[in-house]
Amino acid sequence: MVLNLTRSERQGAMIVAVLLSLVGLVMTLFGADGYFSTHGFIIMLAGMGTVFLVGRGYDAPEPSDERLAHYYDDPVKAGVILAMFWAVFAMFVGDWVAWLLAYPDMTFDAAWASFGRLRPVHTTGVIFGFGGNALIATSFYVMQRTCRARLPDQLSPWFVILGYNLFCILSVSGYFMGITQSKEYAEAEWYADIWLVVVWVVYFLLYLRTLQRRNEPHIYVANWYYLAFIVVVAMLHIVNNLALPVSWFGAKSYTIYSGVQDAMIQWWYGHNAVAFFLTSGFLGMMYYFLPKRANRPIFSYRLSIISFWGITFSYIWVGSHHLHYTALPHWVQTLGVTFSIILLVPSWASAGNALLTLNGAWDKVRDDATLRFMMVAAVFYGLTTFEGSFMAIRPVNSLSHYTDWTVAHVHAGTLGWVSMISYGAFYAMVPWIWKQKKMFSPRLVEVHFWLSVAGTFIYVFAMWNSGIIQGLMWRTYNDVGTLSYSFIDSMVAMHPYYIARAFGGFLFLLGACVGLYNIWKTMKVRTPAMVSDPSRPLPVAGVAAGSVEAGE
Amino acid sequence: MFGFHYKLERKAIGFVIAIIIAASIGGIVEIAPLFTIEGTVEDVPDMRVYTPLELAGRNIYVREGCYACHSQMIRSLSDEVERYGPYSLAVESKYDHPMLWGSKRTGPDLARLGDKYSDEWHVRHLNNPRDVVPESVMPRYGWLLRTPLKVEDMSGHLAVLAKLGVPYSQEMIDNAPSDAIGQAQPDRDEAGGVAERYGDATNIRVFDGNPSRVTEMDAVVAYLQILGKLTDAAHRQQDAEIPGDAS
Ligand code: HEC
Ligand code: HEM
Ligand code: HEM
Repeated sequence: MVLNLTRSERQGAMIVAVLLSLVGLVMTLFGADGYFSTHGFIIMLAGMGTVFLVGRGYDAPEPSDERLAHYYDDPVKAGVILAMFWAVFAMFVGDWVAWLLAYPDMTFDAAWASFGRLRPVHTTGVIFGFGGNALIATSFYVMQRTCRARLPDQLSPWFVILGYNLFCILSVSGYFMGITQSKEYAEAEWYADIWLVVVWVVYFLLYLRTLQRRNEPHIYVANWYYLAFIVVVAMLHIVNNLALPVSWFGAKSYTIYSGVQDAMIQWWYGHNAVAFFLTSGFLGMMYYFLPKRANRPIFSYRLSIISFWGITFSYIWVGSHHLHYTALPHWVQTLGVTFSIILLVPSWASAGNALLTLNGAWDKVRDDATLRFMMVAAVFYGLTTFEGSFMAIRPVNSLSHYTDWTVAHVHAGTLGWVSMISYGAFYAMVPWIWKQKKMFSPRLVEVHFWLSVAGTFIYVFAMWNSGIIQGLMWRTYNDVGTLSYSFIDSMVAMHPYYIARAFGGFLFLLGACVGLYNIWKTMKVRTPAMVSDPSRPLPVAGVAAGSVEAGE
Repeated sequence: MFGFHYKLERKAIGFVIAIIIAASIGGIVEIAPLFTIEGTVEDVPDMRVYTPLELAGRNIYVREGCYACHSQMIRSLSDEVERYGPYSLAVESKYDHPMLWGSKRTGPDLARLGDKYSDEWHVRHLNNPRDVVPESVMPRYGWLLRTPLKVEDMSGHLAVLAKLGVPYSQEMIDNAPSDAIGQAQPDRDEAGGVAERYGDATNIRVFDGNPSRVTEMDAVVAYLQILGKLTDAAHRQQDAEIPGDAS
């Protein structure tokens, strides 16, 4: 990877790496507590590792200008591999957590392995580690193709992808140690949050710079979604994480918000993390890879405009549906329900747009597991958003809130939609970027598909059942007018469902392992480069066109 | 409309600005008034702050992720009020940075836990929940008993919270470490100042059963015993309403 960098890019990388090592060193030496020093040490290691890596190739000859005739896909490759590693790791933790709820002593008497610490490791690992890397990798791929422009430089994409993973490592290692802000999906402490802001600004600028270089007059739909993902996540992240550290050399901080305002800001963040991380970004993915793989144009351009702005505008209002019947003022709850229901329209418009794009290509869906992954993802997207709008209605939420029904909804969305669309996109993109005709083993793609579908169904049905039973048991009165069930009764009733869920999760995890293996093998195949990337070539004048992929 | 969009999607910066505007409106309309409208948070004179020991316990509650299984927000539904007590008011988490309302009840709500069980029950339960509730799926927290409580930096914690609006006095800030020790060791001199600064109703006693040292268990139990006890406002509100008509 270093060999492809120019001299000045290597210098830049060196400077960044040295600075990072120094920051890490200072944090290690002056840390007010062991936590902070440990994180300083991790940062220092990351910096020094990079120094070493760049140093080794520093004096190698510069790459020839011929590289400018190709899209720059090295960071995409790194992102795909990182995403798959995070998937396996974090789903393993997810399944462990699932077993813990059935057999609570399946742990050591160690603090780091207790449920409360592992759960954020799972959520952060899957959402940010797996999902985030998948989004960044595919966005680099998609923005170059749809702009027909190469990334403006080769250093900043590496900074984004590696810096982002440093953030993920800091967060996750922190949760094991007990460093947390306790804000769901934003548990990382203040210094990690600041680092993410730096990475994110570079990411945003990289996106804009690529857009400015585009050789297409219009910005393609997929990029609207990736842009919304980048811009709005930045807004959410900064506002929600405003905090005052106890010491500038210590890990602990206190959020500046308290009580009801904190709750509203947390769920404004929380639900829009769902919206702009787990929805917008992945819709961007869908809008590129699904039509590409099906080899059909998007069904309706106008529908995509309506759904894009519908989603971007309405989602921001719905956070308060997490706080029904609480101490949050009633008027805010009402706004939350109203927009949650409105939101169903653009959501289904997106899902419908995707499915109608497949119209006429159903034979392909039947034969091609990759396309089937994307089709099933669109179906689950439709299902989850329908369920979400339903759960946002106050009387329904009075039953579902606090129960496993929420967990069912979450995993219908994350397993059925987020993971499946990512797998579909990866299986389409991996052969293209590694210049292969197809995946190492299409049969294993098929195996992965069925493991994922089976795992998702078992998981979601188990949690629907347990959630509804739980909710009903909590509110059932007997003839005398007192509550029929103690809390413990409801807890005991969950046991069989928790085992079923853990089993379903295991299948899904197994699928991820199969996927990682298959991608790894594809990457290692050493056949002569195949011309398989279906994207249009870069319009670079004066360079032999033979090395560039075939046009559409 | 589509014609306009046709033009908009040729301009990267314009598009970004449009996204920012579209995605800001909802948040501004819903959040800004929460800071300005009076009555969003009830005005209650008897609302008290956490003592340093309780605050340390709260931080351990956060560190261990208890909030992942326990809510602290009783909704205004009759079955919840019957099961857990008067529904939660905004003022009760007024000094909570961050709030711990929670979103999942793998275990029961804890908003009105204070005084429900003895200290000894809590210590045994936290050490191994299955000693007292055989079917429980809650993790064990044995290390709380083994780990001495870190109190040296408590002044810094109170000082930051004071900056954020929690009414800690300078005296409370200065004495935070010794107040934390004193609250869990009533025989020591440090205990004297705790009641003076935080009120006579403060629980001053050995929480973990071991008077010779202050452990993280002391802090967590002290925190659990104060849940729902910072103000009586919720009970007063319930008495004022017709019983049973809680929704
Ligand atoms: C895996 C989820 C889980 C985690 C994490 C968890 N608990 Fe629990 N907790 C439960 C369950 C289930 C019960 C009900 C069974 C029982 O009493 O043990 C419970 C019960 C309790 C009770 C008794 C409540 C009552 O009204 O009877 C208290 C107090 C408690 N937990 C405190 C804590 C504290 C403090 C922590 C963090 C150090 C914690 N819990 C972490 C699941 C959890
Ligand atoms: C192998 C597959 C998986 C298993 C076994 C699994 C298991 C779990 C378990 C046991 C919980 C805790 C539920 C509770 O507290 O009761 C959980 C929560 C969660 N998981 Fe997963 N998970 C898996 C995959 C995923 C994926 C791929 C994602 C996201 C991309 C995801 C996102 C989440 C989220 C967001 C939560 C928090 C839900 C909430 O707070 O309501 N999970 N998961
Ligand atoms: C129209 C779209 C959607 C609506 C209206 C919606 C609505 C809801 C509602 C009402 C809840 C329960 C809140 C509570 O009672 O605590 C919820 C929780 C959740 N939803 Fe959705 N949802 C939608 C789409 C999605 C999608 C597509 C995903 C995932 C990819 C998703 C992920 C989540 C997560 C992670 C939570 C759990 C938050 C938590 O408690 O930690 N949602 N959603």
